Amino acid sequence: MIHLHYFAGLKEVAGKASEDIQWTDGTVEDIVKWAADTYRAFDFSAVQVAVNEEYVLETESVKPGDHVAFIPPVSGG
Amino acid sequence: MKPFEVTNEPLEPARYMEYVTHSEAGAVTLFAGTVREWTNGKRTMYLEYEAYVPMAEKKLAEIGVEIKQKWPGSRVAIVHRIGALSISDIAVVIAVSSPHRKAAYEANEYAIEQIKKVVPIWKKEMWEDGEEWIGDQSYKPGSE
Repeated sequence: MIHLHYFAGLKEVAGKASEDIQWTDGTVEDIVKWAADTYRAFDFSAVQVAVNEEYVLETESVKPGDHVAFIPPVSGG
Repeated sequence: MKPFEVTNEPLEPARYMEYVTHSEAGAVTLFAGTVREWTNGKRTMYLEYEAYVPMAEKKLAEIGVEIKQKWPGSRVAIVHRIGALSISDIAVVIAVSSPHRKAAYEANEYAIEQIKKVVPIWKKEMWEDGEEWIGDQSYKPGSE
């Protein structure tokens, strides 16, 4: 199981702020593929991923229990 | 009060100025980012901000650490408000003190630029006839 977090436009497309999914092994890239497949109305091309609150590369592995956040381009300030 | 915080409450700049002011400081810069009514000819009714709060607070604190390294002797507080903000409400406050003014100006500007690149906070412009999440699609944090 991993914990997924959605924000901004992706939260609206997903209709939820977070969810848990079954997960045994894989990389950030695999999860982005899963999310892009699941939420086709959202454009993931500019999305960055944070695992356990740190930005990571797509090659990073994701382990059960991790918190994975999809970070669309930020616009604070 | 926390020096690096994301909050739903209205921001009071004076508290953060007070926090960074001390006897070795010769300058304090206080930046307030406010909600603008008109952007590129479109009228904003209000803004809706949201954040990945724990990560955003961590990133704000990291910017504070970077500033202390780049501009020795400085003190920093950075806070961002989320939720629904009306025109002229303060969305962000950055207070920096340093022994001399140049560093206080530079460090303050560095802070807002970093916020706009790496801190997971988003704003949605609410117009009379629609709404849109704002974000620079060309920039990926961590790609520098």
